[in-house]
Amino acid sequence: MSDRFETHEHDVLIIGAGGAGLRAAIEALGQGASVGVVSKSLLGKAHTVMAEGGIAAAMGNVDAADDWRTHFGDTMRGGKMLNNWRMAQIHAQEAPDRVRELELWGALFDRTEKGQILQRAFGGHTHKRLCHVGDRTGLEMIRTLQDRGVQMGFDVYMECTITRLLRDGDRIAGAFGYWREHGRFVVFKAKSVVMATGGIGKAWPITSNSWEYTGDGMALAYEAGAELMDMEFVQFHPTGMVWPPGVQGILVTEAVRGEGGILRNKVGERFMERYDKQRMELSTRDVVARAIYTEVREGRGTEHGGAYLDISHKPAEYVKRKLPSMYHQFLELADVDITKGPMEVGPTCHYMMGGIRVDAETAQSSLPGLFAAGEAAAGLHGANRLGGNSLSDLLVFGRRAGLAAAKHASTTPASAVDAAQIDEAEHEALAPFQQKQGESPYAIHRDLQDSMQKLVGIFRNKEDLERSLGEIDKAKKRLGRVSVEGSRLYNPGWHLALDLKSMLTVSEAVALSALAREESRGAHSRIDFQKLDPSWGAKNNIIQRDGEAMKLRQENVPEMPDELRSLLAEEKGETARRG
Amino acid sequence: MREATLRVFRGETTGGKTADYRVPVAPGMVVLDALHYIQGHLAPDLAVRWNCKAGKCGSCSAEVNGRPRLTCKTRMDSLPLDKPVTVLPMKAFPLIKDLVTDVSWNFRINKRIPPFQPRPDAEWKIDQRDVDRVQEFRKCIECFLCQNVCHVLREHDKKEEFAGPRFFVRVAGLEMHPMDGASRAGLLRKELGIGLCNITKCCTEVCPEEIRITDNAIIPLKERVVDEFYDPLLMLVRKIRGAR
Repeated sequence: MSDRFETHEHDVLIIGAGGAGLRAAIEALGQGASVGVVSKSLLGKAHTVMAEGGIAAAMGNVDAADDWRTHFGDTMRGGKMLNNWRMAQIHAQEAPDRVRELELWGALFDRTEKGQILQRAFGGHTHKRLCHVGDRTGLEMIRTLQDRGVQMGFDVYMECTITRLLRDGDRIAGAFGYWREHGRFVVFKAKSVVMATGGIGKAWPITSNSWEYTGDGMALAYEAGAELMDMEFVQFHPTGMVWPPGVQGILVTEAVRGEGGILRNKVGERFMERYDKQRMELSTRDVVARAIYTEVREGRGTEHGGAYLDISHKPAEYVKRKLPSMYHQFLELADVDITKGPMEVGPTCHYMMGGIRVDAETAQSSLPGLFAAGEAAAGLHGANRLGGNSLSDLLVFGRRAGLAAAKHASTTPASAVDAAQIDEAEHEALAPFQQKQGESPYAIHRDLQDSMQKLVGIFRNKEDLERSLGEIDKAKKRLGRVSVEGSRLYNPGWHLALDLKSMLTVSEAVALSALAREESRGAHSRIDFQKLDPSWGAKNNIIQRDGEAMKLRQENVPEMPDELRSLLAEEKGETARRG
Repeated sequence: MREATLRVFRGETTGGKTADYRVPVAPGMVVLDALHYIQGHLAPDLAVRWNCKAGKCGSCSAEVNGRPRLTCKTRMDSLPLDKPVTVLPMKAFPLIKDLVTDVSWNFRINKRIPPFQPRPDAEWKIDQRDVDRVQEFRKCIECFLCQNVCHVLREHDKKEEFAGPRFFVRVAGLEMHPMDGASRAGLLRKELGIGLCNITKCCTEVCPEEIRITDNAIIPLKERVVDEFYDPLLMLVRKIRGAR
């Protein structure tokens, strides 16, 4: 048997090496656990490097009035009150410490005149709150965490993809996967597993997400029996590149607007006046994305179907210093000098608010021993995420997941992995090689992306969503006939064929949840149900596997304690007075 | 639509050769888009390493028409399309398959570098100028193109004695960090072999992040090594004061 796969054993296995996974690893290592980190890519390439704008933390360095209460209120309002209140509270309270800790580990952020960490404005945040370094905050964060983890001595399994979670009865026992390099199989035995696999953007063609974002963590957790939640809430970031075609979807950081960028349509109107007069360009992402989409649909879009975003009224040196990668990105990829003229931007699939349902304190899923943090987990962001709350989410809940996973491992006896599960996983992974002249994984992927873009986009309706479920079903059948050419040696066609299973699972969960939620809230906009419905505001959509069928049910949103409720009411009054 | 021919290396450790693929050229298309077209339509098992396709992760390094580049930032319309565009894997690293090389050596070298060590007396007030100076080094995306062109590694394969430009950049970022209290001069001189660099600036030329690797990282570090190990006056002063 040992020639079929190698085996590694850890107390805590972390799947995903972005911000959440690395922060979890550091914490679990600190608890004395043996930690393995599995990464689909090389270490340090995770999607976190693409985070640009900053880390939201109420440090009050620029606006002294800021504190966790305001951050909590902003997060809840941004999420249209569907957030798990306790996660939002923990997040707002702990984020400043998590940022300070990064500095102790060697991170360097831009400074105020007094030498403190500088904070910038961002959509939906009452105060200047985002700690940043130019527009490369994610890179700074991932290098800092990576170096810390390497120093503490975690084992990293790079370019290794997990295709299945292994169970021992009702608890987690480990994971099965393959090395991308040579295609050989690997079994990880672990007492705790942390899912830190990020999002699902690759199910859409126009996305800011990298190839890794295929929803693996959510799909594997679902397959293993864990619950998913709020899967209808997919964030379309308002500003992705729209031209030229090859760069469509690449992110244009919200920091452009945070630094004073202005949105205009083709006739020169500052159209945000019509959608959110008070907050204008710094409205929440759901609002700005819908605004741009609507402008284009009503014929006021730019030449290539977007809006103009202009920062050229700021001094050129300032733009180059505060937005260096945007400056280079547009100059090199689109022949546009953003210090001289506007960018063309439009919505791009960016972030998944939904995901694995977790406990607020411990980040544990409904399956004992399985934890989730970061984008793979649901709850913190509710119906819409505020910019900057993602990096802080990774740190706050990555740490909590690592802590709880290590504790769980220290009190849990070793689990057993039976051979049948491994045989099944192996058989499934090799199936695409058995078929000859079957479906191309690339063709199935293209068709899935097309139908998700058309039918499960920014604006949704019953008919489209039902059709999308039909398309997903067709794609599943085609995946059953998928065949790949070549050997197991670094074979992207094979890798995609295996990733497609996860993409289809999460796509189905998104469409099913979106169909059920007959209202418009945050990132979920139904043309046939355009209003907020208070009864839906009290409900989370929960997805769970029932045999081979995906089952959806509703559960009540956890009730907020009175002191937080009154805090929100107070804040609201204050905002109104300020306005 | 215009077409281009991509001449792409196909092969494994046992050997290989280039193969030609015809690819339609869309406006603004980059070489990585063309490679993806080949995967999606012509050669589904073509091995390419990539992640963000936005110039931020440093995964898609290759040699395009003989020049080490990020394929996600190399526009097709910047290349002469009347002849084939050759795309070869990085030469300085062992081949895995097609355009994918084994860069794990870099990760092993990285482990040898002592981490950031805050000075015990550090007051965490930092000037923006100090941040800017160090950020030049911290913006490195680890594409390893500088390692690939450095002749000490590429031609002479001195991977046992020499860490390469990427890791001098990393050490510079630590040494010049305003709060760092450790000294890595001894490490630079011995284990990392900085003396082998003869400042030909090839690394600086290929850096997609435009880090002035030679001028701002390597030369100042070489000076530090000289100060620490070869300056008799400083050695004397240190002896009297007691080295930190």
